[in-house]
Amino acid sequence: MNVIPLGVFELSLASLLVLLLAFLSFRSKLEIERPLLIAALRTTIQLSLIGLVLNLVFNTMNFWLVLFIWSLMLIAAGYEVMSRQKVKVRGAGGFLIGSSSMLVSSFSIMLLILVLVIRVEPWYSPRYAIPILGMLLGNTMNGVALAMNTFSSLCWGRRAVIEQRLALGQTATDAIEDIWRESVRTGLIPIINSMAAAGLVSLPGMMTGQILAGNTATDAVRYQILIMFMISSGTGFGVILSLWLMRRKMFDGRDRLRMRESFHVS
Amino acid sequence: MKNRAAGKPALAMNGLCVNQLRFMQRGPYTFSVPSATVFGLSGSSGSGKTLLLRAVCDLDESSGEVTLDGVSSKTLSAPEWRRRVAWLPAESHWWYETVGAHFWKQPESNWLKTMGFGEEVLRWEISRLSTGEKQRLAILRLLQHEPRALLLDEPTASLDKNNMKTVESFLLEYIRQKNGLAIWVSHDSEQLERVAVCHYALLLGGEMRQLR
Repeated sequence: MNVIPLGVFELSLASLLVLLLAFLSFRSKLEIERPLLIAALRTTIQLSLIGLVLNLVFNTMNFWLVLFIWSLMLIAAGYEVMSRQKVKVRGAGGFLIGSSSMLVSSFSIMLLILVLVIRVEPWYSPRYAIPILGMLLGNTMNGVALAMNTFSSLCWGRRAVIEQRLALGQTATDAIEDIWRESVRTGLIPIINSMAAAGLVSLPGMMTGQILAGNTATDAVRYQILIMFMISSGTGFGVILSLWLMRRKMFDGRDRLRMRESFHVS
Repeated sequence: MKNRAAGKPALAMNGLCVNQLRFMQRGPYTFSVPSATVFGLSGSSGSGKTLLLRAVCDLDESSGEVTLDGVSSKTLSAPEWRRRVAWLPAESHWWYETVGAHFWKQPESNWLKTMGFGEEVLRWEISRLSTGEKQRLAILRLLQHEPRALLLDEPTASLDKNNMKTVESFLLEYIRQKNGLAIWVSHDSEQLERVAVCHYALLLGGEMRQLR
């Protein structure tokens, strides 16, 4: 049941590939080398740190500590969603809309899974609770960020059409029904695609990890299916909730478009 | 507006203040338009004609009150109000592929004919319409809910002389038939002479002055 351990040497070997890619980008002026290297560096530092923290946390059963880590994860996800928007909500809403919808969808689904499906004792066992929330948040974050960005960008670009539709007596909901649909789809397409390709094209990361760690493939598959259901529903609910909150910002009680008052282009 | 027009005020603006650029306020405007009447309005660009119309149809926040036949805009839902007090923007916008998709009921065929279209216009693609065709279709689209009050923002600016006359008489006929009314914004004082019973100008400071 033991993984073949990786040392610093093996990792440096792998990092050469990233460096090679960065070099290629530099030579052919793709201008992606800076973000690539920064992201690679962030991955290394962030994962090493979280590895240290998780080792400590796994050995305790302190609910407050787990809650603290959950909150940090959520804040980071909320910040990430906010920074991916081209047309941003003014004020605190920019952060709150994304993080509150992820809070509601990810946390409730995590609770459901921990208490009713996996039935770990105690339910906040960090060995389960932290990675599961991590996977949920990671995917929900992508979906919510994509959907919110699509929604606000499209509304911004089509604000004249929206006002035309309002002027013709449509409600705010009707005036943006096409944008709404497109945004939900954009948020959900990645996870739907990865569910459709799972097993045929890709072996999802968590399952691969379990197999590498020596678990039987059937066990790994069951967990993976569970995770897929969790993240698709979590993403879906998160996306819908965030768009609903965005729409409330976008219009006032008299179905007037408040694009300039509530949003700004970054 | 005690002059010329008879009847009770149908569309009444009472101390209507329009917010402009957050800090500036225009108004208050207090005036009314009786039934079967066209109220002519002109003013240089930037005088706030469009803002005023947007406030009347409640697309922009404003203070004061607007009533139609004694019913305040605030007592109706905003979409319901805009179906009765309908704004025709200077430039029309279209969002579906074809003309017909923008009509939730078949437009009356004599209306289509008066405006110079056959029934097949509903199958036309929006991208192939000329500016003038768009404008005439936008007017037909606006009338689907049979609004009582029309807020016309330069309705004929994009039309040639013939079509201008067509649209003028079409709109006047609609207003007469439905016992409706209109605020008609135009740069063309000859046009306002033809269609409106009175002519007011919005000045740059926001003041409204009667020209005739």
